[in-house]
Amino acid sequence: MSDKLLLEVENLQKHFPIRRGFLQKTVGYVKAVDGVSFTLNRGETLGVVGESGCGKTTVGRSLLRLIEPTGGKVTLHTETGKFNLLELNQTELKRLRPRMQMVFQDPMSSLNSRMTVGDIIAEPLVVNNICKGKELNDKIASLLEAVGLRANDTRRYPHAFSGGQRQRIGIARALALRPDLIVADEPVSALDVSVQAQILNLLQDLKSQYQLSYIFVAHDLGVVEHISDRVAVMYLGRIVEIGETRRLFTYPKHPYTEALLSAVPVADPRVQHSRQRIRLQGDVPSPANPPSGCHFHPRCRYAAEICKREVPLLREVAPNVFAACHLASELKLQGVELLHTAPQEGK
Amino acid sequence: MSKEQTTPESPAPLLEEEQEADLGRLSYRQLVWRKFRKSRLAVIGGVILVTFYTLAIFAEFFAPYDYQHDNVRLQYVPPQGVHFFGEDGFHIVPFLYGLKQTKNPESGELTYVADRSKTYPVHLFHHGDKYRFFGLISTDIHLIGSEGPFYLIGTDRMGRDIISRIIYGGRVSLTVGLVGVFLSIILGSILGTVSGYWGGLTDILMQRFIELLSSFPTIPLWMALAAALPSNWSGIQVYMGITVILSLLSWGGLARQVRGKVLATREQDYVLAARAAGASHWYILMRHLLPTAYSHIIVIATLSIPGMILGETALSFLGLGIRPPLTSWGVLLEEAQRVTVVLNSPWLLIPSLPVVLVVVAYNFVGDALRDAADPYAS
Ligand SMILES: Nc1ncnc2c1ncn2[C@@H]1O[C@H](COP(=O)(O)OP(=O)(O)O)[C@@H](O)[C@H]1O
Ligand code: SF4
Ligand SMILES: [Mg+2]
Repeated sequence: MSDKLLLEVENLQKHFPIRRGFLQKTVGYVKAVDGVSFTLNRGETLGVVGESGCGKTTVGRSLLRLIEPTGGKVTLHTETGKFNLLELNQTELKRLRPRMQMVFQDPMSSLNSRMTVGDIIAEPLVVNNICKGKELNDKIASLLEAVGLRANDTRRYPHAFSGGQRQRIGIARALALRPDLIVADEPVSALDVSVQAQILNLLQDLKSQYQLSYIFVAHDLGVVEHISDRVAVMYLGRIVEIGETRRLFTYPKHPYTEALLSAVPVADPRVQHSRQRIRLQGDVPSPANPPSGCHFHPRCRYAAEICKREVPLLREVAPNVFAACHLASELKLQGVELLHTAPQEGK
Repeated sequence: MSKEQTTPESPAPLLEEEQEADLGRLSYRQLVWRKFRKSRLAVIGGVILVTFYTLAIFAEFFAPYDYQHDNVRLQYVPPQGVHFFGEDGFHIVPFLYGLKQTKNPESGELTYVADRSKTYPVHLFHHGDKYRFFGLISTDIHLIGSEGPFYLIGTDRMGRDIISRIIYGGRVSLTVGLVGVFLSIILGSILGTVSGYWGGLTDILMQRFIELLSSFPTIPLWMALAAALPSNWSGIQVYMGITVILSLLSWGGLARQVRGKVLATREQDYVLAARAAGASHWYILMRHLLPTAYSHIIVIATLSIPGMILGETALSFLGLGIRPPLTSWGVLLEEAQRVTVVLNSPWLLIPSLPVVLVVVAYNFVGDALRDAADPYAS
């Protein structure tokens, strides 16, 4: 893994206006993403985890400017220099788009059912005038094979494929432009457990084959464990803990991470039996009206007086371990032993 | 890219799929058609519509008489029977009797009885009124007819054959809806797409305007507009005027539905994927949004044709629509308005039958199209 920086995200914000009434006046904001910062190195996979509604999708789409972020800075490092994506105009953006592609969650909505698989995968190549005719067909065929489908599937329509196969088609489309970064937004959440592992392995294989970096979104930690070098845990539009995967799993530094970890099944049945499952009380509060102080305090079993008043900042509580909790240094939180850590390069 | 490095755990037995590959290669349109065909009502509706449109297109040939062919001595003739058995036994070729006019001595009313002394066989490819086929070929051949009076469902107050007038009237009544819907599709889908894709203030204003438009009761508004058509306009001008009026008041509904569809499609992940690849607005509109909205537009259009046909009928019935000498089903019904006519010559109401049939047929077809428009939900 090289340590060359690929992406720097600083204080990313996306506030959706809430509109009401005849003339649709703005009456408030959903702070879906509220000050997210992280970095991503070339060849690295960053897992992004959190309950549904905490802003993971919004982060992914804002990075690629599929929605316009409210504020912040997203710096993409390329061989020809670095660019703040949020300041680029449409022409400049179009030039850089091929470097960042996306894989979507819903295998149904991610493919246009009126287009053949060939046309779907060709779209990025055609839109960018990269190739046509025979060259295009050859490229589509090799992309299909790269994701484990058959080259002669090009003339078939998406309805002929299973959920897992459709995800493969979506992955082939994302690969077509040879991107540096792929944002995978819960790519396996909609799939059967048996198929999930296949897709995860495929992504893992493609990563070295195509020198990719991933931002891999999931709503549970179990899924990101194998694939991520580092993990960011999000809660209500903010990152509450970020750090190296193994460390985060064994020594979590944020109570919310601990709670999520307690739901991850462990391979060893004896360990699994003796663990206590931390049940989070209540639902995720609305990001339109978040709790005061630490957003997590109404559901946190360690909450102290200060937590209601003061917002905990994301700070380095140990070398390369960042957590946003007032009590991060004091608490001894329970993690999980990664008995079955997936083989990863350089480890 | 080397083949060897592809994922070894390829999904699903691919060979099995090979057998059903023909289904996998069916396009959206083909799937819709497969599903549509399975609806019995749709087939019935389709047959009815094809029949009526064929009759209207080749009206000169199918109608026994020209629609203006009158006969003052044969007013209000009731439907004549077609016979196989005469006094001399069975005829292979069906025939009609001649007509004998009698005058009621008290009321002075004319009544007709069959004149059994005269029989006129029904001719196929009968030589009758002259016409120019599509304005080109001059001929006088009609599908059926006879030498004597041939009024299968009777005549009107000027002694014109009602069946012929219904067939000719279909030309106006059946196309007013089509032309009207065509105009409102153009207006509605352009404005609906703009409104849905760009959103913002344009969208808000457009939605409020459509709401305003659709909150007017239709018939009075039609009447007001139709009454404003200059009385010296020619038949064709009035016809175009009526279609414009009908479509002006119905594009709003279509625009709203298209907008809804565009709004929903805009959020689909495949549109995001296209944008992530750098596709332009125009590309996304033409490649993703319009094709998806298109099936929806066809369904809505099909379902709004009956409303327009009824609209034309209503306007003409009220004397505000198509004017003689042009004829339409509404015009025919207008002539059947007086109570005495209905009492004495109920066959003048027969033109309401094709109106009902066509409206029902369009609804059958439209409903089936709507169900078939999502062929993936099985
Ligand atoms: N287009 C939008 N308009 C308004 N609110 C939105 C929009 N998209 C997402 N949100 C809100 O932002 C929050 C974060 O959503 P999302 O990023 O989809 O979360 P996640 O992917 O983690 O489930 C949610 O509360 C959601 O309701
Ligand atoms: S800051 Fe307080 S409430 Fe928030 S996670 Fe830490 S202990 Fe819990
Ligand atoms: Mg999401």
